[in-house]
Amino acid sequence: MAEKELTVDKKEIQNPQEFTREGPVFNPDVDIYETEEELILIADLPGVQKDDLDIDLNENTLTINAHVKKVNQGTILYKEYDIGDYKRSFTISNVIDQGKIQAELKNGILRVVLPKAETAKPRKIEIRT
Amino acid sequence: MAYTTIFKPTNRIYQYDLLQNEMNRLFDNFFGSQKRSRGIGVFPALNVYQDSDNVFVTAELPGIDVKDLEINVEGDTLHIKGERKLPETGKNVRYHRQERGSGQFSRTIHLPFPVNTEKVSAEMKLGVLTISLPKADEAKPRKINIKTA
Repeated sequence: MAEKELTVDKKEIQNPQEFTREGPVFNPDVDIYETEEELILIADLPGVQKDDLDIDLNENTLTINAHVKKVNQGTILYKEYDIGDYKRSFTISNVIDQGKIQAELKNGILRVVLPKAETAKPRKIEIRT
Repeated sequence: MAYTTIFKPTNRIYQYDLLQNEMNRLFDNFFGSQKRSRGIGVFPALNVYQDSDNVFVTAELPGIDVKDLEINVEGDTLHIKGERKLPETGKNVRYHRQERGSGQFSRTIHLPFPVNTEKVSAEMKLGVLTISLPKADEAKPRKINIKTA
């Protein structure tokens, strides 16, 4: 898989349902990959504290909601990026064992492990002769 | 060629070449026309703040190891250099999405004030880098005493 270059392109949600809090809301960049055992989701959430992160599984929708606390550092002189909350949803199929989802937040990176249900794991079929 | 009106009271027009576009933006922001920033094609994006004693430079660098980061200050020039490595995923993985980038980056910015290079400090917290640069004494605001007759 070709590696992606580093870019700064925070994708602001253009037409969201209205949030009660004002300010921009971004779609975090994610990597999602699949192994035989599980599905791994990694999201960049810089500036998010553990207490301000909500991961919610409702029926088949996994939603990441993260609030970024603004740090007051005086007056801004020069701005290349905006600071705002993060929100993104994914539809997760039934092959995921929804009871065993685990998440970890470290150094601005969220890692969610979605284990596959037993029935969805690949099984080798013995061929009888 | 970019022409930018900087000092409104006298309405003098200063001419800048493309290399100084960054300075233009700095002044634009300084005088209140705070536009939403858009993808600028460089990494990392930097914000610069000031209070009376310090200049702060911040960058969002999630998942970057402090060991892979190098910060240098030279007079009023700040260099940030580093590399973002994504952890090995192992073989036999199938990507559904790959949006996060990796690789080397380097940026240089000129600060609006001379800084005390001895006392520069940097902190990485929640994937956000903050570099604190104390202003040099000559750049600090000074209180002027008014003598009475």
